[in-house]
Amino acid sequence: MIVRAADRVVVQGMTGRQGSFWTEKMLAYGTRIVGGVNPKRAGQTHVGVPVFASVRDAAQKLGGADVSVMFIPPAAALAAAEDAIGAGVRLLVVLTEHIPAHDVMRMHAAAAAAGCRIVGPNTAGLVTPGEAFVGIMPAFNPRVFRPGKIGVISRSGSLGTLVCLNLVDAGYGQSAFIGIGGDPMLGTTVTDALRALEADERTAAIVLVGEIGGTMEEDATEIIRTLRKPVVSFIAGRASPPGKKMGHAGAIVMGSRGSYASKRRALESAGVRVVDTPAAVAGAL
Amino acid sequence: MDFEEAEAKNLLRQAGIPVPPGELCRDADSAAAAVGRLGRSAVKAQVPSGKRGRTGGIRLVDDPEQARSAARAILGMDIAGTRVERLLVEKCASIAQELYAAVLNDAATRAPMILFSTAGGMDIEEIAAQKPGSMVRIPVDIARGPALSGKLDEDVADLVSRLYSLYLQTDAELLEVNPLVRLQGGGLLALDCKLSVDDAALFRQPALAGKGAREKLTDLERRGRGLGLKYIELPGDVGVLANGAGLTMTTMDVIEHCGGAPANFLEIGGDAYTKAEGALGLVLANPRVKSIIINFCGAFARTDVMAGGVIEAWEKLKPGLPVFFSVHGTGEEEAVELIKQRLKMEPYDRMEDAVRAAVEAAK
Repeated sequence: MIVRAADRVVVQGMTGRQGSFWTEKMLAYGTRIVGGVNPKRAGQTHVGVPVFASVRDAAQKLGGADVSVMFIPPAAALAAAEDAIGAGVRLLVVLTEHIPAHDVMRMHAAAAAAGCRIVGPNTAGLVTPGEAFVGIMPAFNPRVFRPGKIGVISRSGSLGTLVCLNLVDAGYGQSAFIGIGGDPMLGTTVTDALRALEADERTAAIVLVGEIGGTMEEDATEIIRTLRKPVVSFIAGRASPPGKKMGHAGAIVMGSRGSYASKRRALESAGVRVVDTPAAVAGAL
Repeated sequence: MDFEEAEAKNLLRQAGIPVPPGELCRDADSAAAAVGRLGRSAVKAQVPSGKRGRTGGIRLVDDPEQARSAARAILGMDIAGTRVERLLVEKCASIAQELYAAVLNDAATRAPMILFSTAGGMDIEEIAAQKPGSMVRIPVDIARGPALSGKLDEDVADLVSRLYSLYLQTDAELLEVNPLVRLQGGGLLALDCKLSVDDAALFRQPALAGKGAREKLTDLERRGRGLGLKYIELPGDVGVLANGAGLTMTTMDVIEHCGGAPANFLEIGGDAYTKAEGALGLVLANPRVKSIIINFCGAFARTDVMAGGVIEAWEKLKPGLPVFFSVHGTGEEEAVELIKQRLKMEPYDRMEDAVRAAVEAAK
């Protein structure tokens, strides 16, 4: 799930307003975008990129695609994901928020059967500074991203951006940013992202930007105990009341499940340095 | 969206799952008349919350007179913040055994999960804590449907497979029958039912969307809902406007870290980033707010668009409150320039400093 300059990327929903805006940003950054998808505009060229009727069509005509990123509204997301999975992409980045949960489960089942990794839903995407980015992160802003040795995992795009900005401010750069998403049922969990960063040669230390809700941070302690690389964490939601969805569908405390205290205790017991504010992250590295 | 028992049971009945004969009543007289027809009955408060039995929201009655006084006692009660306005009067059953059955979205397996237990009547946490051995967990491959044979008794398997179909049909997050009872004369009966439908799927569930229980919202929260904004009212006095769920929660966290208390959660991330103007009006409409922190860190959300909206609202509303900005990310330079020129203010570079200033100003 670390995106590389050589990865052939297809953009689903490329001709829309957001799709166009971010495709141009990705292209300018160096992402190897080989095709876009819009069945109504197949055969045309948009922002200098050939448009195909489907990801399957694109992969067939281009001789394969590695990554697909979806700028697709919730009601059409399942069909778009099935197209990308059927086309044989290795990695599917699902930016869409508010996809019906039953569709999300169908997506995950199809991806698992085909050996495709989903990042998201409701992710801001992936950034490999100096190389490529896929999604809706300000990778091109040199105050936020620059090549370095810190691997960042974040459920939130906005907070992930702030933490990356603080890291650059403090003189650090990033080896990779992995936005895992704010939904409750994610294709790539904290544990999955930690594994990828542990295996990544350019990553020397890991910053985990978690939030309340679910048990992903607690579940990750098992792998954290086996990592060679140090982990620093900030968890959002300490001041949030229980029983309310705090913006993200996944950010809800039910009873003691998903609480700030539970996550902090679990991470600290596994040797993670958990800090109180985003600005304190760099100092703890 | 949560549903009251009576609504959920209508759906069970349509799915071929037996439920007790019953009548929905709004006053004591109709409850008494219903018991006259049904005989010994349970009078049950209709609120979308568990634990009705423990709060006195369910009473067993033998005759219409008892029904009348039970109905008078229950109607108007406050159960977990909801006023009881309707009762379900249901004929009592002769119970041989209480069971538990549910289908839910399981985050760990990213798939539907069927739960069944022979320890019905307790809630799921109690079963897990006290009788974990009684719980059968059956993960479902959503592409193929549930494989139940050999795992459950035949009649239970039939009922559970109907329950699963209803769960799919309604885009449920949770569909729970507890207790499911085995009757003394044989056969199964769904005595209570909980249904929670995925809010993100309501666009394709038009028949259900109008039947859910009204959410408990404050006036400001309802106004936020009308504007399409995620606003949650909180007891503090520092107003919060930020983009993205993570950054907004963090802004609240840092307010508490600096010794203050947030007055609200309000995020204008995602597609809502163009709604900054209405959002600021909402923050200001809370009379407890004494200062405001505006914290933008734009990825998808353009900070120049958000700052423009805030400035529009500020110039219109002319609030006499101190406001503190921190702005970074997509569109940052234009946003900072706008704030400097139009509001004659200098955004803080670090959000922690902006928050600290807002907390001090509220004291």
